[in-house]
Amino acid sequence: MNLLNRRDALRTLLSARGKMIVVTGLGSTAYDLATCGNEPLDFPLWGAMGGAAMVGLGIALAQPEYTVLVLTGDGEMLMGLGSLATIAARRPRNLRIVVMDNERFGETGQQKTQTAMSTDLAAVAAGCRFEHVRIIHQASELEALRMDLHTLDDLLFAVIKVSPEELLRVLPPRDGAYLTHRLRAALLGTEHALEA
Amino acid sequence: MRIADESLTAPHEEHVQEWAEGVYELFKAHHVELISFVPDGGHKRLIACCQSDPALCTVTLTTEEEGIALAAGAFLGGKRSALLMQSSGVGNCINMLSLPRVCNMPFLALVTMRGEWGEFNPWQVPMGQSTQAVLEASGVIVYRVDSVEDVCPTVEAAIMLAFQSRARVAVLLAQKLIGTKNFMEDDK
Repeated sequence: MNLLNRRDALRTLLSARGKMIVVTGLGSTAYDLATCGNEPLDFPLWGAMGGAAMVGLGIALAQPEYTVLVLTGDGEMLMGLGSLATIAARRPRNLRIVVMDNERFGETGQQKTQTAMSTDLAAVAAGCRFEHVRIIHQASELEALRMDLHTLDDLLFAVIKVSPEELLRVLPPRDGAYLTHRLRAALLGTEHALEA
Repeated sequence: MRIADESLTAPHEEHVQEWAEGVYELFKAHHVELISFVPDGGHKRLIACCQSDPALCTVTLTTEEEGIALAAGAFLGGKRSALLMQSSGVGNCINMLSLPRVCNMPFLALVTMRGEWGEFNPWQVPMGQSTQAVLEASGVIVYRVDSVEDVCPTVEAAIMLAFQSRARVAVLLAQKLIGTKNFMEDDK
């Protein structure tokens, strides 16, 4: 089976993105997002491994009018498995979690993760009672997922099986205070963004 | 066979957690609207207060570091939040505390202490004894409260420091004031 190219997949998912907030985990998904541009509603993490989904939950609860997409890798998601239980229990209708699953720790030498060995992340999410779970193997399935990101009025979890090939590292900004202010200014306006 | 009869003993039983309503009122007055927690007996009354108010958003966590990432997201979205936890969870938070620090975000935690005042369970002692040092090493400003009358003024100062100066702040609620968990044992 030909595995998907992660960046082609993301470009499809983010076409006609609108006002969707995108939080990424550290590493490959942050670089993937940077290949799509550098937008005020982007919040790429450079650390805090295991925390991407919870950052997404916090934004989703604070800004129910916005759709929040958490885009992360299998290694980052595995480190925060408990957050799937936490998130499903709250069930924010505007949150989507998409895992780009290459079955590797891509930053550290391409070691296999547990998804290469045994773990089915979609089954974990289903076990936490995510009602909408998708596993994507083919490019032809991406458009339906893209539509779900925008139109589904419920929590969604998707795994996209992608190729483990190493791609050029395209770096997003890594000044956390800048990224924070940029996103807050876009959501709250500059004046409110300077308060807390 | 050893049978444990668990009880929570405090210096003034009739005043146990009487500070909880005061802290809840401070959350309301300062617009702290998202409360996450890993439960602790010492926070029982405060958690109940928060959960009974539909205007507050409460989130039950599986582990404490989730609450730090959650608080970061809430701040990004314009909401103030607080994390309620026990001292044994502080060690779980170390790396995640880099997130509010690097991003210059406010962070507020109320930490009930174990492992310090007449502790029965030896497994609580190592983390309880290193809680303050671990927080300070992670860039968190620590306020400590040893008496009931100081709880609300200290929490209010912590709220103001966290949100007005965008600081990472933890309030440690001493085991002496929340009560020592005892397992009164009899040989049977």
